[in-house]
This record gives sequence, C-alpha cells and structure tokens, in this order.
Amino acid sequence: MSESIVVDGVAKQFTLRYHRTLKQMAVAKMRGRDVSNRFLALDDVSFTVQQGESIGLMGLNGSGKSTLLRLVSGVMRPDRGSVRTRGRIAGLIATGAGFHPQLTGRENIYINAAINGMTEAETRGKFDEIVEFSDISQFLDTPVGHYSSGMAARLGFSVAIHVDSDIFLADEVLAVGDKPFKKKCMERMQEIRESGRTIFYVSHAPGSVRKMCDRAIVLEHGRVGFDGDVAEGIRYLKYDEPKGTPEDDIDDELGSDV
Amino acid sequence: MSETVAGAGEPPRRDVDAPLVDPAANTGLLEVFQRRYLLRLLVRREIQARYQGSFLGMLWSYINPAAQFVLFFVVMGIIMNLREIEWFGIHVFAGLVVVVFFGETLNGGTRSIVQNKALVTKLAVPREMFPVASMLVSGFHAGPQLVILTGVCVVVGWVPDLVGMAALLLALLLMCVLGTALALIFSVANVFMRDVGSLVNVLTMFIRFGVPMIYPFTMVEDRFGAGSLEAYLANPIAQAVLLMHRAFWVGTTKDPEATALEHLPDDLFMRAGVSLLVAVVLLGIAQWVFTRYENKIPEHL
Repeated sequence: MSESIVVDGVAKQFTLRYHRTLKQMAVAKMRGRDVSNRFLALDDVSFTVQQGESIGLMGLNGSGKSTLLRLVSGVMRPDRGSVRTRGRIAGLIATGAGFHPQLTGRENIYINAAINGMTEAETRGKFDEIVEFSDISQFLDTPVGHYSSGMAARLGFSVAIHVDSDIFLADEVLAVGDKPFKKKCMERMQEIRESGRTIFYVSHAPGSVRKMCDRAIVLEHGRVGFDGDVAEGIRYLKYDEPKGTPEDDIDDELGSDV
Repeated sequence: MSETVAGAGEPPRRDVDAPLVDPAANTGLLEVFQRRYLLRLLVRREIQARYQGSFLGMLWSYINPAAQFVLFFVVMGIIMNLREIEWFGIHVFAGLVVVVFFGETLNGGTRSIVQNKALVTKLAVPREMFPVASMLVSGFHAGPQLVILTGVCVVVGWVPDLVGMAALLLALLLMCVLGTALALIFSVANVFMRDVGSLVNVLTMFIRFGVPMIYPFTMVEDRFGAGSLEAYLANPIAQAVLLMHRAFWVGTTKDPEATALEHLPDDLFMRAGVSLLVAVVLLGIAQWVFTRYENKIPEHL
C-alpha cells in the first residue's frame, strides 16, 4: 500500500478583519483599537492516510474540519507545514457550485463535471448514469433555476459522486435530499470505499462514520485530539450518548452535516 | 492512471500510479490552457447565459453593435459632422471595437473571481481561469462587431489589404495581452478591496476619451502642444485604435495614402510592437503578482 494523503505539521492562520472601510479604520486607529486580529484555524496537524483507507474527520463546529478539507483538496495552502496527496482528488465538496441558473440541467452537468476535473469523453460516458442517479431525467432540458432546491442538490451530488478519483473527499454529505436519496448516496459511498479509493469524510453523524470509516480523526480547536479507532473516536467526542427510539438511530445515521 | 487490483481478500487495493504532490500546486496560465475543455465550457456558459430565454438569441450580439453603429453614423457622422474626417462613423466605430473589447475584458475580468466565489472558495480550479474566460467572452462579442464593421466598409468601397490585416491582428493581440495582464492583477486586487471594481469603471471612462476615436489624434497636438503628443501616443489603447483606423477607416477614404499620412502617426507599427513587448512582460509580472496573492483569496471572499 502507498501513502495517499500526507499532512505534516500543518498550520493555517486566518486574519479576521474588524474594520473594512476607510472611515472605520480611521476611527479604530484613533481609539487605539486593533484593526485586525489573527486566528489559528489549524495548528500543527500531522497524519498520514494510506491508499484505500476510509477516514472519518470529526470535531465540533469551528474545530477546523472544513479548513483541513480545503487544504487537502488544494483550495488553500497551509501557512506552515505541508500537504501532499497522490492521484486525482474529487468528491462531495461544494456540489452544484458553478451551476448556472439560466442554463439547462444538461448543460450544467457538462460544466459541473468539467469543474470537477472530468474530460468531455468521461462525461459523455457517464452522462446517463449521472442522470439516472439524480432522478431528474424529465427536467433535463429545463433551466436549473426552475428546479426545486432538492432537485438542484441531487443533480450536483450525482455529478460529484460519479467523478472517478483516487481520493474521495466528502463534506456536507446528506445535508440535503430526501431519505431514499440519502440512502442511495450512502450505498454509492460504500461502493466507492470498496473500490479501494481513499475516503476522507467530514461528518457530525456518528452512525454514518461508524458505517463508512475504519479510522477516525477528531479535531479539537485546530489540533488533532484523537486519531485511531472509530468507536473510540466517537466516544472521545462524547457523541455516543445513548439514544432512545429507532427513529433516532436513523437520524443518527443520516444526520445532516455542516 | 490507476487500477483496482482484485486481491484475494480484504482490504481492496487500488494502486495509484502517481507521485505525492502538493494538491494546491498549479502552473498558472499554463494550466488554464491545459484545461482548455473547462475554459471552453466556462466561456460558453457566459455567452449562452447572456441570451438564454430570448427569442432572437445570438442575433442580439449583432443587433446591439449594429444599432450602435447606426447611432454613431447618424449622430457623429451627420449631426456633429467633423468636416475634415471622411466617414466619421467608421472612424468612431473601428476604434470602438477595440475599446469595448478592452473595457469589457477589464471590467468583466476584475469582477470575475468575486463573481465565481462559490467555485473559487471550494474547488481547486486554477483561478487564472476566470479572468482569462472574461477576456475570451469579450473577444467573442467583438466578433460580430468586426463583421458589421467589415460589411459597412465593403459597402462604401473598402478593399482589404495585407498591411491593414496585419494592423488588425496587432491591435487585437495587443488588447488581448494587455487586457489579460490587467484583468489578472485587478481580479485579485478586487478580492482584497472591492473598491477596485469601481476604480476600473472610472478607468474605462478615461480610456474611452483618451483614445483618438471621436476626434483625430492630430487635435491633441493642436490643443496641448507638441510634447503632449508623444505621451498620448505611448498609450497602447490609442495605438490599437490607430491600428484599427489603418485596417479599416483609411481604406474607405477617397485618397487612402494622403489620409494615412495625415491621420496616422509615423512608426505606428513600431510603437505598437514595443507596446506588445511591454504587455507581454506585464503579463509575466501579472502572473507573478497573482500567484503571490492567490493563496489568500479564499479567506477574503
């Protein structure tokens, strides 16, 4: 097996700006207040993921999960340390980003697939599969602006989930869509996992992490708080409080992510 | 690139035949042209979206400039007739084609990254893609204008010549390179300060009147003195407009040679060639600036 993702001593700092206009800046300077302050979103994060591993990235809101995902996907660069990845990266991040409301579903599929790194031939080959998965075939030639939010989301998901990649990143998974669609997505994720692709899955739902992942990484205030067994990771986060009804279990499994 | 090896037992194996690399690494403008397919789709998205749902569709990109041309022809050419300039409408419109191309590249390019916020903050697409796409969209809209301009010129008895076509090419190339360079810098600057968008608006206004489009360039010397002319002619946009005059307007006059002598500066090609070199260097600098500040783009959007 080979390393798929190597994160080494990564730190990422953000600048929060209090004052943006000239007037506000001047007033702040006069009163001797700070015009900006810094915030460390990730601090000395290191871990290695082997090809084919399925990682559940967990942590409370604001613990740096999304920032880490953006570093791994290459949208951002770390201020310190390094991120290295092997092979093509794709996944359920910003599904439907770049959809143009005035263009039809068909046109948007091609654009979105290209944004996700697919070639024209690849998109052609997978087009029918994408349409079938999204279940919007009769609205294919309707502008996406007329779609319901659920339909647009399904279309975005379908495109993203059909991109062939070596590393599959998943954020905001299952935050939208009805139950049958969520189920379908989970099944598809399992297929992806079984095909030996590395999965990097950001989630708040312990049930789905337990099902999907074989290793959990828990972030706490931008640092790795826990790295290891999934069940222990969930316990570490105290997400494992006893649940009551079976209904709860389903929500536990399919809970929406942020 | 990779294949799944059906091993005897768990876990499944997938051998990835690629090196460990920095996922954020990209080669800037080069990468944009490596991903031509995406670039083409983004350009087409903008063009299609503009006329989506309209009955006449793409025809509008002919109707608009045609109407503009008629207006210029009547208002500038007949009502405000400047006696010493033949076919004043063509004089104005020929310049307008490159001025509008440049202005749209600048304006669209400056806003392009902020406008594509959703993509830029979440997906690893080379960000140079957006200003470059704006330039291509503007270039696409210049096409119909050139068609109309050519049509009108032919009607009034213009015959294309080799030097003229070279002038046209040089004008477009100069505007394309310079426009892309400035769009790159302004697009990233606009992320940090949205004032840049408004500043560029003001700049476009100056560009419109700072070129010999609605007046002959000789007027500059008459009104401001000899020294001012050199500075005026150093403006690459003014050079592009004069090149357009060489390509189209000069050939429509009664005595093209005399017109060229009177209404075109000496060494026009030389000046524009130097500008093109400067623009290429500027593009290199723009790429360097862009790469330098690009990392901070997602957090400022």
